Amino acid sequence: MPETHPAHAHQFETPEQQYEVSTLGMWAFLVTEIMFFGGLFAGFIVYVTFYAQGFAEGSRHLDITLGTVNTLVLLGSSLTMAMAVHSAQLGRRSRLLIFLALTLALGLVFLGIKGVEYSHKFHEHLVPGPSFRFDSALAQNVQLFFSFYFAMTGMHALHMIVGAGLLIWLMVGTARGRFSTEYFTPVEVTGLYWHFVDIVWIFLFPTLYLVARHQ
Amino acid sequence: MSTEPAAEHPNYLTVSHTVRSWLLTRDHKRIALLYLISISGFFILGGILAGLIRLELLTPQGDLLLSENYNKVFTLHGVIMIFFFLIPSIPAVLGNFLVPIMIGARDLAFPKINLLSWYIYTLGGIFTIVAAVTGGVDTGWTFYTPYSSIYANTNVVLTAVGVFISGFSSILTGLNFIVTIHKMRAPGLTWMRLPLFIWAHYATSIIMLLGTPVVAITILLVGLERALHIGIFDPALGGDPLLFQHLFWFYSHPAVYIMILPGMGVISELITCFSRKRIFGYQFVAASSLAIAAVGFLVWGHHMFVSSQSVYAGMIFSFLSFLVAIPSAVKVFNWTATMYKGSISLRTPMLYAFGFIGLFTIGGLTGLFLSALAVDVHVTDTYFVVAHFHYIMVGGAIMAYMGGLHFWWPKITGRMFSEVWGRIAAIVLFVGFNLTFFPQFILGFLGMPRRYHMYPPEFQVLNVLSTAGASILGLGYLLPAFYLLWSLWFGAKAGNNPWGAAGLEWETPSPPPVENFERTPVVTEEAYAYDKPQPHAVPEASRA
Repeated sequence: MPETHPAHAHQFETPEQQYEVSTLGMWAFLVTEIMFFGGLFAGFIVYVTFYAQGFAEGSRHLDITLGTVNTLVLLGSSLTMAMAVHSAQLGRRSRLLIFLALTLALGLVFLGIKGVEYSHKFHEHLVPGPSFRFDSALAQNVQLFFSFYFAMTGMHALHMIVGAGLLIWLMVGTARGRFSTEYFTPVEVTGLYWHFVDIVWIFLFPTLYLVARHQ
Repeated sequence: MSTEPAAEHPNYLTVSHTVRSWLLTRDHKRIALLYLISISGFFILGGILAGLIRLELLTPQGDLLLSENYNKVFTLHGVIMIFFFLIPSIPAVLGNFLVPIMIGARDLAFPKINLLSWYIYTLGGIFTIVAAVTGGVDTGWTFYTPYSSIYANTNVVLTAVGVFISGFSSILTGLNFIVTIHKMRAPGLTWMRLPLFIWAHYATSIIMLLGTPVVAITILLVGLERALHIGIFDPALGGDPLLFQHLFWFYSHPAVYIMILPGMGVISELITCFSRKRIFGYQFVAASSLAIAAVGFLVWGHHMFVSSQSVYAGMIFSFLSFLVAIPSAVKVFNWTATMYKGSISLRTPMLYAFGFIGLFTIGGLTGLFLSALAVDVHVTDTYFVVAHFHYIMVGGAIMAYMGGLHFWWPKITGRMFSEVWGRIAAIVLFVGFNLTFFPQFILGFLGMPRRYHMYPPEFQVLNVLSTAGASILGLGYLLPAFYLLWSLWFGAKAGNNPWGAAGLEWETPSPPPVENFERTPVVTEEAYAYDKPQPHAVPEASRA
């Protein structure tokens, strides 16, 4: 038997096969994620055509400054994630650790800002349900808009939280020396996931904050 | 491990015996058996509920169940049979066992995820059963809004959570199959040499990956609407219940193909083996699986012909629904052409294959009635629809599952079942099935609506026939439960290849060793090379 890497699983012939399998697996998973968010986007597109005015009124109550800042924060985190994968490929462990930590920090900043936005909506009685208050003839359509807002950004935030957990797991693995130039698949695969979650926001931000308000 | 003397290799069943070694196993063959056990449990439960429905419908008045309970019984029957039996049946049991072996791999690409999918499935099942025993749910398996999201006073959220969770198990199974089939085929096993069982599972997996997440988000939104007032389908806010139907059927129509495509894969294996012939038109049969998967995503609107959907949308959906008949017919014609001048032996699995072809054809042809806009308006929500989809689901998918289970039973367990009893059961099932469901076509055409526990007295004769058929059908399912279990202890040893079949799975011992093959096989010829001289004589399988 040739000497094998400790991470080499028994069902694979070669480490290359294992690497290809893992990345293909993550790509296939991301396809399901696209369909998952796709259902929400499809519903939103239907309603924004039905109720353009109500959705515009709702959209104008979103904080465009915080949204923009968050977009930049998230784009920054994608950059640091790409740098982390690059460091892993080069086998530079301390740089890898730093970039993972930076990505995690930016992700948490995003979630923090999102939390601030949510609490504003809560105080303004814009959360759908019995406590919803909106002084307009279109109040019900506005409530529908905020149903989408919370469902879509909430689902996205949930994915961010999962991503943060994965980053912590990678940092522990890095600190323990699990990754090397021969084996960095988990970093690569988590990177794919992180970029995907980022891209979802890149679609969410204009859809909710920018396009809807100008009807 | 590989240094042990060749005679005493443990197989996947004998390698360890603890409960822990089963519950924490990563062996695809053991996970397939875990699925087999849990799926059989759900099948029995769903079958008992079907029995209750047929008993109630024995008489025109409601005497066994009140309407509320009847609603809960048919809802649970649908939810369990669709989400917890039919969808996982062939892929999670036979597919799990066979996909790696048929392509010469040691395991699936992600063994841990495979085990996880079984736990997720079990968790979803527990939620659904808890929902059922703590009050039940009466929305029908389709969870139509706004009834499900606002008005129903039953356990909608718990059931929805159960269905939502179980969806992830089928996503994970599909993901595992796709990656495995792409990346782990044995040397020489090109795409055009793959068994058609593999092609069918590949097409099924694509639907699982693309469709399931859409129903997941849809059911999640219904749950959010009930629990948190995120009212996306709430008409009071301007929400459109029709949007729910679009999103729901975007998955749930392709889900029909999740149930039937793997069955078609099974039938291709059975027909070739028991006709001793190459499959007729291999490329067409393989491509028709992909075509069904692709076109299947474009026909969901035919469930909504009588909703407020636009007439033009209806016409397009009607046309596209007719298109699905083409790849389906390609399969049926090619199976028939394969049998032509074949040397056919009427063994138990082949009887199931015959049953499948006949019943699937009737189910498919009546599907064309329903694709026609004008006819559909007449028979929507009648027993005609019920009969149609039971011909596809029970007459098609379950016949194929039973045929496959019998065909690979010797491989899975290493034992032969009783051929005589096997044939008797297959015939009993065929007779019972037709007696149960054929009268329902007539009932539906005469106008008997589905989902009511009472009906006008003039429908009683046909309903009595149907209920009588259901009792024969029930007997037909009980028989295999006995003789298959019996064979585990008293069946004759199977040997590597009791049917004289082609395919990698028959070249390894029964039951297979832990890593499936002594050494990775090299494939040098196409699938189903039955007309070449066989390397081994075809033994007549011993009878128990």
